[in-house]
Amino acid sequence: MMETLDQLFVLLKRWVVGEFPAAWRLWLSPLIDAGAIIGVFAGLFAVTTLLERKGLGRLQNRMGPNRVGPFGVLQPLADGLKMLTKEDIVPRAADRVVHFLAPIAMVTPILLAYAVLPFGRNLVAVDFDAGLLFFFAVGAGTELAVFMAGWSSRNKYSLLGAMRGIAQMISYEVPLVLSAVAVVLVAGSLSLPSIVDSQAGYHWGWLARWHVFTPWGLAGFILFLIAATAESNRSPFDLPEGESEIIAGHLIEYSGFKYALFFLGEYLGLFAVSALGITLFLGGWQAPVPFLAWVPSYLWFGAKLLGCIALFIWLRGTMPRLRTDQLMNFAWKFMLPLVLVNLVVAALWHGTAAWGFFGAGATRWLLGGAVLWLTYSALSHALFTAPGRGPRTYRYAD
Amino acid sequence: MKHTPGWGLLKGLFETARNFVGSYYQPGRLTTIEYPDERLPVQENFRNFPMLIYDGADPERGLRCVGCKICEKECPPQCIYIVLERDRSGKVQKRPRLFDIDVSVCMSCQICVEVCPFDAIKMNTEYELSTGDRFGALLLRKAELAKPNEYYRRLHPTEAAEVDARLAAAAQAKAAAQAKEQAKLTAKPAKPAWSTQP
Ligand code: SF4
Ligand code: SF4
Repeated sequence: MMETLDQLFVLLKRWVVGEFPAAWRLWLSPLIDAGAIIGVFAGLFAVTTLLERKGLGRLQNRMGPNRVGPFGVLQPLADGLKMLTKEDIVPRAADRVVHFLAPIAMVTPILLAYAVLPFGRNLVAVDFDAGLLFFFAVGAGTELAVFMAGWSSRNKYSLLGAMRGIAQMISYEVPLVLSAVAVVLVAGSLSLPSIVDSQAGYHWGWLARWHVFTPWGLAGFILFLIAATAESNRSPFDLPEGESEIIAGHLIEYSGFKYALFFLGEYLGLFAVSALGITLFLGGWQAPVPFLAWVPSYLWFGAKLLGCIALFIWLRGTMPRLRTDQLMNFAWKFMLPLVLVNLVVAALWHGTAAWGFFGAGATRWLLGGAVLWLTYSALSHALFTAPGRGPRTYRYAD
Repeated sequence: MKHTPGWGLLKGLFETARNFVGSYYQPGRLTTIEYPDERLPVQENFRNFPMLIYDGADPERGLRCVGCKICEKECPPQCIYIVLERDRSGKVQKRPRLFDIDVSVCMSCQICVEVCPFDAIKMNTEYELSTGDRFGALLLRKAELAKPNEYYRRLHPTEAAEVDARLAAAAQAKAAAQAKEQAKLTAKPAKPAWSTQP
């Protein structure tokens, strides 16, 4: 019974496809997958905009939207209607074709990236051997969209925003990929479903074998989250949009439905990269404790995804925006060395997997943790005491 | 612990988490006033646009304004417009026939109030003035500007008490002076100045 429930969507699709003549099946199957992914994640987008506004409000002691419907639950509907009925304005000097293509170029690659993510046991659109590679390859396409939007708008703020966006996304792509490489190193596979399988099982019958419970996995997960935040242009790394200085950056000349598409793309990117983080470090759709393993796998995945989204909202409600030089220093002088050391620690962990003496696990943990912690302290010390850095002194304000 | 890098971020996260949880069971944390449903009480020294004060029950006859046009001349953006009443023979009366204030121009500076020697113009606190007719409805006429003294007392109790006391004292002094004059007149009929000379 639970087995059927766990495989519900897989069986449902198989049944629907089986109802059609054989000639159609080849085309129907991916269409159903695409439809389901778009439907589910667009719905999640609507829910998230509401949760985000509510959550941000509460984090700042405000109420958040509560006017449309009971407790404001119909707010996404109102927002959507507003977006759809707005006038679509294209600046006269804009490059019309590129301006039109940019939002599409934003959303399409992200939707493609969903194809390789396993949302549950057997619940993956394409079980691709190089799934991780595919994910990063298409994910990088959004950078092009940001620059297309900024360039084609023929507006100085757009261009500044797009240039900031490109610089930031390329810089943070490096730690993002390198932190994922550590997982590939240990799991020995680029296919996302098999990375999830490598995290199956429990230590001593209760502690899940997720990568996040290893020293390199914990560090890798945190680094991955930071890079993912920057990659999806979210606060505290929302410089490309920087409302207070460049007025929404590359989005400045977009209105109505095109703006909504950018918005959708940004959130879909956030979900995709969270889903990847879950797959790589948080055991994918696996249950955290063995006695809850009967809960359908996609529910576990959904719960973890919502948890990640909540974390991102929490971060957004807390952190002030960085300056561009701080952003770049952070990426190249802090994240990059740390993520390289993390790779070494992961290799160490993998190499010492055969240790069998008593307390081997604790020794490995302490060893890896110590290396990472020392690097972290040394790097941050070096960054804080570098010439021109450190606590500021104000001549007049004190 | 305090100097561990990253500690400040964790502290910040803890603070916002406390806000999040606290806002659900400590209503005092939420400073929002949900405006159309609830409003803040208007402060006594709040001011928005001017109004004309009248005594008694009749806004026409009780109007304190004598139409001296001082406020019209002093108003920096020139948003007051006054036309005096004339009787049938064309003689000007001490009453305004028209008294308009264009509140779309008025900048709430209160200079008209400061200069009025008759305490006839005071500041109103009414702030919900939005309208669909931006030309007609924002030009307030005499009838809309006229407000009873009780209304003024309710809005600005301290200020109104002071004005009332001053006006009462002035009225008393005037009555006393009149009585004295009357008494003088009845005691010895006034003679022409030249008549005292031999
Ligand atoms: S408040 Fe100032 S601007 Fe308004 S009517 Fe009086 S003098 Fe003019
Ligand atoms: S309101 Fe005062 S200053 Fe203005 S015309 Fe009337 S009496 Fe004169």
